[in-house]
Amino acid sequence: MSPGHYIALSAILFTIGGLGVLVRRNAIVVFMCVELMLNATNLAFVTFARMHGRLDGQIIAFFVMVVAAAEVVVGLAIIMTIFRTRRSSSVDDANLLKY
Amino acid sequence: MTASTLLAQGADIPAPHIEYDQLGPTLLVFGAALVGVLVEAFAGRAARFGAQVTLTALGLVGALGWTIWLAADSKPHHVAAEGAIGVDGPTLFLQGTILILAILSLMLIAERRNAHFTAQASALPGTEAEQETTAAGIVQTEVFPLMLFAVGGMLMFPASNDLLTMFVALEVMSLPLYLLCGLARRRRLLSQEAAVKYFLLGAFSSAFFLYGTALLYGYAGSVRLGDIAAQLDKDAGSETLLLAGVALLSVGLLFKLGAVPFHMWKPDVYQGAPTPITALMASCTLVAAFGAMLRVYYVGLEHLKWDWRPAMWGVAILTMVAGAIIAITQTDLKRMLAYSSIAHAGFLLTGVIATSTDGLSSTLFYLVAYGFTTIGAFAVITMVRDTGGEAAHLSRWAGLGKRSPVVAGAFAFFLLAFAGIPLTSGFTGKFAVFKAAVEAGATPLVVVGVLSSAIAAFFYVRVIVVMFFSEPEADGPTVVAAPVTAAAVALGLAATVVLGVLPQPVLDLAGHAATQMFVR
Repeated sequence: MSPGHYIALSAILFTIGGLGVLVRRNAIVVFMCVELMLNATNLAFVTFARMHGRLDGQIIAFFVMVVAAAEVVVGLAIIMTIFRTRRSSSVDDANLLKY
Repeated sequence: MTASTLLAQGADIPAPHIEYDQLGPTLLVFGAALVGVLVEAFAGRAARFGAQVTLTALGLVGALGWTIWLAADSKPHHVAAEGAIGVDGPTLFLQGTILILAILSLMLIAERRNAHFTAQASALPGTEAEQETTAAGIVQTEVFPLMLFAVGGMLMFPASNDLLTMFVALEVMSLPLYLLCGLARRRRLLSQEAAVKYFLLGAFSSAFFLYGTALLYGYAGSVRLGDIAAQLDKDAGSETLLLAGVALLSVGLLFKLGAVPFHMWKPDVYQGAPTPITALMASCTLVAAFGAMLRVYYVGLEHLKWDWRPAMWGVAILTMVAGAIIAITQTDLKRMLAYSSIAHAGFLLTGVIATSTDGLSSTLFYLVAYGFTTIGAFAVITMVRDTGGEAAHLSRWAGLGKRSPVVAGAFAFFLLAFAGIPLTSGFTGKFAVFKAAVEAGATPLVVVGVLSSAIAAFFYVRVIVVMFFSEPEADGPTVVAAPVTAAAVALGLAATVVLGVLPQPVLDLAGHAATQMFVR
């Protein structure tokens, strides 16, 4: 397989993630779709590193993983608090702030 | 050289050379934040609040002093930390601005008389547990380290000379802000909802930023802005990767500015977040985001300007017009100021589009002027209170000018500065960015800018009319002038007047910083 296939796969994964954020209703699932987008990015970084014959793309993937982990900590904390308050993690139920 | 040979040399990777003195301000803020975490864990409950405020203030003031020393010491124009961080005139100017505005926001955050933050974020709203912790006077002070981490990220964001550092800075800046948004003492449901919305949309946009970075890495083989610019000069590489990368990267950056069509989070978050945090986001985050925007477009993508300018024109026009028009229908003052902030992001974008030294210096000046005014305005909002906390609904402000003319007068002055009336800092700032845009050939953009300023003036004046020319309600809100908040209002007012009447010293400073341009 040529590296181009991996780039295509990464673009497909990124699109699935992006669509998921837009159409899914559960905050946890929305958040998982964001994580899918970040992982698609990692695949792109690693593939481009291979294509350019450089290592920094692979190192960047580690940075992204660390940042994604930190994001999980903060995100789950926030989603947990709102779930405990409202007994629902649907993003449609959070509708007090509008207009 | 292939990856495998590089791997074979793994043992010889040299240790990076870090210029600690050049990175001092950022490191000092992060250091203070880490000490703050330890204070939170080990200091006794009685001593904690005082210790945290002192530590935060010392960290910010020390970093400001260090930044001024760096700027005065010599003409700094170089990269530090192996090229990851740029130390140059515009960056130091932006960092100084962020630190001054953060100190002002700290004055609002540290206000004890009108406590803005929940006693314990984990206690459910409206339960006995919450009442108990409030009654027992338990105060968690994690807001201070969180704020320091956010400010540290903001200092790093405009200084990042490569896109990876910029992404990490973006997250370091955003993650604490997501949490801070959810910590309001009153109206906690709104506050938590703001946090969830800000978090989900923020994470979504940072994924776009990162994918843009990945595509630009594929284009140039490096994430360094200078290398991307060099690759652009060579006119080599895949144009598809380049344009898609720039588009996705811009989505991430424009989201942080709140430019239309990526503005949806701003009104909700500004309304729901505790007002001191709104002040911090409306001033410091905007400065940091514009700093990063300027660096990316002036350093990395300057030679691509014929491609990104038309898109940016569209975004700027949409932002100015939509911000001003939607603000007219708002009845909540915080929400109205959020839309006003969107419109101001549009005015600032005209300065970015200019891509000239004048464009840079006028944007820098505008950011200073707008930052002071916006903190002052939100500080006034924290002072007007009724039994349920802040009375942010416009109808509650009816007749405030008769009950407390000083506070209403100060707010009216801030609104006039937002509208850009002469002799306020808002006029000087707008004049400077519009002048730079006209000189760069963006006259139609400036015409739209002036027209939407006129629309915006309508809703600012409407608030003034409500405050001064309508009868006060019998059970209207009271003005609680806590000393520290009042001092923040006074400082914001002083800066708004001085930058309007005598703007030349700061204009010179911004111009001097801009002549050095960003380092590659």
